Amino acid sequence: METLSDVMDTSTSAVIKAEDKEKSRDLLTIVIAGQRFGIPILQVQDVLGEQKVTKIPLAPPEVAGALNLRGRIVTAINVRCRLGLERGDVTRANMSVVVEHDNELYSLIIDEIGDVMRLKNKDFKPTPGTLDPVWREISSGVYRLDGEILVVLDVPRFLGTIHN
Amino acid sequence: MDELVAEFLTETNESLDELDVDIVNLEQNPNDADLLGKIFRLVHTIKGTCGFLALPRLEKVAHHGENVLGRFRDGDLEVIPEYVTLIFECIDRIKYIVGEIEANGTEPEGNDSELIEKLDAVYEGRDASQGGGDAAAAQEEAPVAAETPAGGGYPGGPTGNVSQAELDALEAAFNDTPGPMDAPEEEPEVEAAPEPEPEPVQESGVEKTDTTPTAKKGPSLASQSLRVNVDVLENLMTMVSELVLTRNQLMQIQRANGSGGTDFTAPLQSLNLVVSDLQEGVMKTRMQPIGNAWAKLPRIIRDLSLELNKKIELEMIGQDTELDRQVLELIKDPLTHMVRNSGDHGIESPADRAAKGKSETGKIILEAFHEGGHIIIRIKDDGKGLPMDLIKKKIIANGLANADELSDMPDQQIQQFIFKAGFSTAEKVTSVSGRGVGMDVVRTNIEKIGGSIELNSREGFGSTFTIKIPLTLAIVSALIVESAGEKFAIPQLSVKELVMASNQGESKIEMIKGAPVYRLRDNLLPLVSLDQILKMEVPDIGASDSNEQSHADGEDQDIPVIKNTTIPRNSYIVVTNVGNFDFGIIVDRVFDTEEIVVKPVAKMLRDIDLFSGNTILGDGSVIMILDPNGIARQAGELDTAPQDVQADSQKISSSHEKTSLLLFAAGDAAPKAVPLSLVARLEHVNFADVEHSSGKMMVQYRGQLMPLIPFNASVQVGTEGQKPVLVFADRGQSMGLIVDEIIDIKEEFIDVQLSGDDLGLFGSAIIDDKATDVVNIAHFLSSINKDWFKNHGDDNYEKHDANGGGRQAHQNGAMKRRVLLVDDSSFFRNMLTPVLSIAGYDVTTLDSPIEALKLCESGASFDIIVSDIEMPEMDGFEFAQKVRKDTSWVDTPMVALSSHATPRDIDRGMEVGFNQYVAKFDRDTLLNAMSNTLSDCAKLNGATQH
Repeated sequence: METLSDVMDTSTSAVIKAEDKEKSRDLLTIVIAGQRFGIPILQVQDVLGEQKVTKIPLAPPEVAGALNLRGRIVTAINVRCRLGLERGDVTRANMSVVVEHDNELYSLIIDEIGDVMRLKNKDFKPTPGTLDPVWREISSGVYRLDGEILVVLDVPRFLGTIHN
Repeated sequence: MDELVAEFLTETNESLDELDVDIVNLEQNPNDADLLGKIFRLVHTIKGTCGFLALPRLEKVAHHGENVLGRFRDGDLEVIPEYVTLIFECIDRIKYIVGEIEANGTEPEGNDSELIEKLDAVYEGRDASQGGGDAAAAQEEAPVAAETPAGGGYPGGPTGNVSQAELDALEAAFNDTPGPMDAPEEEPEVEAAPEPEPEPVQESGVEKTDTTPTAKKGPSLASQSLRVNVDVLENLMTMVSELVLTRNQLMQIQRANGSGGTDFTAPLQSLNLVVSDLQEGVMKTRMQPIGNAWAKLPRIIRDLSLELNKKIELEMIGQDTELDRQVLELIKDPLTHMVRNSGDHGIESPADRAAKGKSETGKIILEAFHEGGHIIIRIKDDGKGLPMDLIKKKIIANGLANADELSDMPDQQIQQFIFKAGFSTAEKVTSVSGRGVGMDVVRTNIEKIGGSIELNSREGFGSTFTIKIPLTLAIVSALIVESAGEKFAIPQLSVKELVMASNQGESKIEMIKGAPVYRLRDNLLPLVSLDQILKMEVPDIGASDSNEQSHADGEDQDIPVIKNTTIPRNSYIVVTNVGNFDFGIIVDRVFDTEEIVVKPVAKMLRDIDLFSGNTILGDGSVIMILDPNGIARQAGELDTAPQDVQADSQKISSSHEKTSLLLFAAGDAAPKAVPLSLVARLEHVNFADVEHSSGKMMVQYRGQLMPLIPFNASVQVGTEGQKPVLVFADRGQSMGLIVDEIIDIKEEFIDVQLSGDDLGLFGSAIIDDKATDVVNIAHFLSSINKDWFKNHGDDNYEKHDANGGGRQAHQNGAMKRRVLLVDDSSFFRNMLTPVLSIAGYDVTTLDSPIEALKLCESGASFDIIVSDIEMPEMDGFEFAQKVRKDTSWVDTPMVALSSHATPRDIDRGMEVGFNQYVAKFDRDTLLNAMSNTLSDCAKLNGATQH
């Protein structure tokens, strides 16, 4: 999907190579433990408010449970847990972003949802090698923003590595 | 792939499956002209369509096969096994080519000339004369071959007449071709064929002249069916499933809004009905007869019997039984495997069979039928059964159990080991089976679809596998339960009953060395606690909490579920059955049952084998569906250890203990009592539902007819209203006893003080400070069905009055005689206990001789032992032999109790050490025999002492 967005961008601006650097993509920004992350917008199916989640015993710790999204069963993932963070403030209403992976829906439970940002490719940098190994594993790169770094979430890798 | 080709492939695959069956049939009935015509037609259709679709290789093979078939049909060639094998070879080639086309879209490379040569040889009748065929064929074929040029429908040499033969064939094909259905396949094929043969010309002529027979033969039903792509159906099913869920949701909202009718009530009700009908209708489209999965089997058995030189007959019963397509696909392979196993391992060679006095031809019976919400498939063979010694050796060799453990296990339990991985007892690996993969895979596959498999085998007499599978996987009825604050669904299929247990009183959960058990009627039921196996107990320490709990919903995860095992609380036990084993799941609450649509769990959760899926309930919440098989496995090898050894000591019940009695009123004033353990269920029967048949009252109960009888004449039986009924059930039989009122359940000693003359009563006892009639259920059971007691595995029941009649006074002396009663049927134990205790004995009951021998070792002693003969692990004869050999009971008198009371049995009984042999169930004779034996022994002892 991520590559798909690239491809789509490329197809529109393929003629003018020079403008490649000016090419941009849209990311939905989310905040987890004060850190801003981005998810390629084309991968996002839905943004949900607080949901009733059914717990799944014996599931991996990252799996928060399952919820019903218009008749489809969505597996809820606790993003903080996946990132090896503290469980955080639980009194706040949790938002979640629904993504599709392997024909199944997953909702990523996050702290806060931000804007959709259109970011230029020239600001895109590979993930720094000094980053926490867990974070490096799930990120496809970073964007330099004004006074802030945005980590791009690689959804397939983020979800694909969760198991018992 | 071209749509036409795809269509052709579907059609051809179907035809090919039919062909396998038909050709095997043909071999058995070589003169069946209809059958020959049908086979010929199928091959011809394949050939014809190939020409149209430009599949030259396939066409060629089919063509030459058809030639040979044509000669069969015309009676020129005798149908002999060698030719049938050749035809199979031809069909296998066709299958192979079709398979390749399916996979790659084109015909595979390759050369069929060898096969075609063989076919032609047979066709031209030269295989025998030139010695081209195999030796056996050559001999048999010689006369036919010699005859051919002279007789038959082919004047002149065969070579010159190929096209003529083809024309004949074609003509015949048209004669036989049913009109409407096959027309689109048939017509374009011939018309479009640009071949130089005179087919098209001839065809039109033939068609005209033969319209009458075509019309006559053409089944009119054909045009009423429609081929629909499976995906379309699947899609439809999913949509309907969603619709059902939405309907459930609406209904729930409606219910939540109170009973007052709103504007929505009426439309909702009709929606409800329509959706139910729709669901049923769509389910029907997915149903297929199980015969489709069996189509290959006759061929497999035929090949098997040729390969192994065995004579095997396959009988299939209930091919029309319908089940869901998806289930059908999933059981196809396990079934094939098992039938093959039966043929390979089960059936002996003709010589062996003859030596054992069996008919040379072994029989495999495959049977399917509906029972409740599921389908039972039974595979039964009359072969050699499971070789117990080999299995034991193998178990020990594989380290699954040691010899000591095995010697304690009943045969049935040992047999279950064949379902373990890597277990094959075939002494030699044949091309068919014996590679050690098999039964474990079969079991896994069956369990995967929510089914179970049972095995019963008697060495020397054959084995029976019984498979129980759900009708459909798409929508199942499930019981919703709650544990640790979370709801779960348990498929209703495996739920046997629900029991409420409290921490106090009679119905409490007992602990044996930390393992919870529950006394369910006569059995100890092993229990598992759902919250424990799901590791849902909420610990006090927050750190470990983070692993189990989530922050998902942000509202209730930090509120500990109020649950403390030390505080008495009511809980429910869901009695669950997996295969042969029953166990109880402890849950906190039980809600109602709901029809649910099973959806697979997310990939990352698939390795949790406690869940078989998940679903959305009517209220919109997601719920996990528990897999009883997985729970049984988690609960620790329940499948190999049905009873805890420690638990066994609990099974010994003595009449010193109180008996639970059900008190009821019927007719007169005196309350009546019956041991609660005999009562299977209490029901209310509406007299409006009662049916009468040959003067007896019946009611439809759990899919069966249950006879009803009023307790006595004073119980009013009207045509309206309802009355309580005590249901007695044993081994598939049941009866209902109509009473006026259920009063209470009391635990009391049964001490019958006055024996009554009424046949239906043992006498009276003081129960709950009232004189109460103790009921003799045996009287009612035999009045309903005289055979009730002889259907316990015995054919030649005859009443054997060992001691002649004569009622003896019951011994009610101060010293009670201790009697040990060994019978595998809990029903009999429960029935005999009151009989014996009323006669003044102190009764101890055990369900197997093995238990009894253990008890013997532990130093218990009895005055007399009464033992059943027909028992599963160790029969009464063996038991007596063991007892008489060297145990402390060597001098204890023993009475055999069996319905096998032929003189031979009695002699054998006496030989192995029984003092008496009494027919089941003759209460007086038993009591007489016991007291006589006791007094004889006393005399004998006295004599030896003096």
